[in-house]
Amino acid sequence: MTTSEKYVTGAYLVVLAVILLYVVLYSLKLARLEREVAELTELARRRQVA
Amino acid sequence: MSLRNNRAVLLAAAASVLLVAGLALALFWAPEDADQGFSQRIFYIHVPVALTAYACFAWGAWKALRLLWTREPHYDLESYTAVHMGVIFGVLTLVTGSVWAKISWGVWWTWSERQLTLFLVLFLFYCAYFMLRFSVEPGPRRANLSAVYALFGVALIPVSFLAIRLGERFIHPVVFRRDGPALSGSMLFVFCVCLAAMLALFASLYTNELTGKRLDARLRELREALE
Amino acid sequence: MTYFADVAALARKDILLELRSRDTLPAMLLFVLSALVVFHFSLPSDASETASTGLLWIALLFTALLGLARAFAAERDQRVLDGLVLAPCDRSAIWLAKSLGVLAFLGLAEAVALPAYALFFQPVGWELVAAIVLADLGLAAVGTLLAAMAAASRARELLLPLLFLPLVIPVVVGGVGATVVDDPGRYLGFLALYDAIFAILSWASFEYVVAE
Repeated sequence: MTTSEKYVTGAYLVVLAVILLYVVLYSLKLARLEREVAELTELARRRQVA
Repeated sequence: MSLRNNRAVLLAAAASVLLVAGLALALFWAPEDADQGFSQRIFYIHVPVALTAYACFAWGAWKALRLLWTREPHYDLESYTAVHMGVIFGVLTLVTGSVWAKISWGVWWTWSERQLTLFLVLFLFYCAYFMLRFSVEPGPRRANLSAVYALFGVALIPVSFLAIRLGERFIHPVVFRRDGPALSGSMLFVFCVCLAAMLALFASLYTNELTGKRLDARLRELREALE
Repeated sequence: MTYFADVAALARKDILLELRSRDTLPAMLLFVLSALVVFHFSLPSDASETASTGLLWIALLFTALLGLARAFAAERDQRVLDGLVLAPCDRSAIWLAKSLGVLAFLGLAEAVALPAYALFFQPVGWELVAAIVLADLGLAAVGTLLAAMAAASRARELLLPLLFLPLVIPVVVGGVGATVVDDPGRYLGFLALYDAIFAILSWASFEYVVAE
């Protein structure tokens, strides 16, 4: 691969990396949301019992 | 709600298909440029990303205008998300543009690339948008300030571009000039596919971001109601 | 025309306040002079005339920032801004009055800066004066709106330069261009365009900036 071809591939890879980074960050967010829903469900259940 | 979910899934599917197709076309099928050779292919990712960034800012400004017009608070989140995505695409534009400059002229930055300079100015402007948002308490005040600022941003785009063009006369002699690729039919087709792909990607990410942020807000409400 | 009567009353209030407290204007004058002296020391001997023109415009930008930072300081310190907003006048009248005040201070600062610049560096031509007049209008219009935004935030003086500088890059280009180029018409026209666009935008959106 010539240098310029490397750079072009590099640019495409950067875009791909950013997209995948977004996916990772988003999964973290979903995990957090799941945890919160679980907590809140617990709170609601306790309230119902009380 | 299921209608919203369906739309999100459809957008994600469309974005995936278009992106893969676009990338494959750009790297394998598109004809080789006579002057620049293989390195011209970066055009298929740089320009769509740049145009998508403009679309993000325009969308954000539109939502901002709706906020000021109707005072419905949900527009604030929509405007903020669009600007947020615009900055991400803007950074990608700067990075891919820088790589293209390196390939074409051997330098990582050049002021003679008007688009690149414009994006630098916009990047500064919209970073200040975030500083503004983070230093005001959440509420209608912050929503209004952000909306006005987003509108100013969109007015700044053409004015800045004009300024950069006018500035070239006395700032630097225009050293680097790249002949715009004479777009043959097949090149134009690949470009359109890539552009559609980037726009679809924006739409898909935007929808997901919004859903996530709305969920956040609702969970907060729920928590307050239960505690 | 109660609108302009309101504007006049508000502007007069600000100018009277400044005449009595005398804190902003002397600071601006001293700042611009100090900046010019610093520039003399920072420019290498073979620097072109164009370089010193550029530096003059930078000095003017930061002097404007200084004045703008104080534009809403009085209201904010005494929490008068809410009272002002409740006053039975069009909110945009507040913007116009403040801008006129800023314009006046900026003009006075330049009345001192330009002779000093002519003394220290190079003669001042009519193009520079025309460019400065046009640039001032834009700086005052946009700056006043942004100063109101910054006043509403926690970061205040820190935030104003961040908001201000990207927006006024076109003003710098127009101003420097008009000064160094042979046919300044296009640059002066561009400055006028900038003024028109952003003055209208600022005037129309000010009420959203100060509203609760």
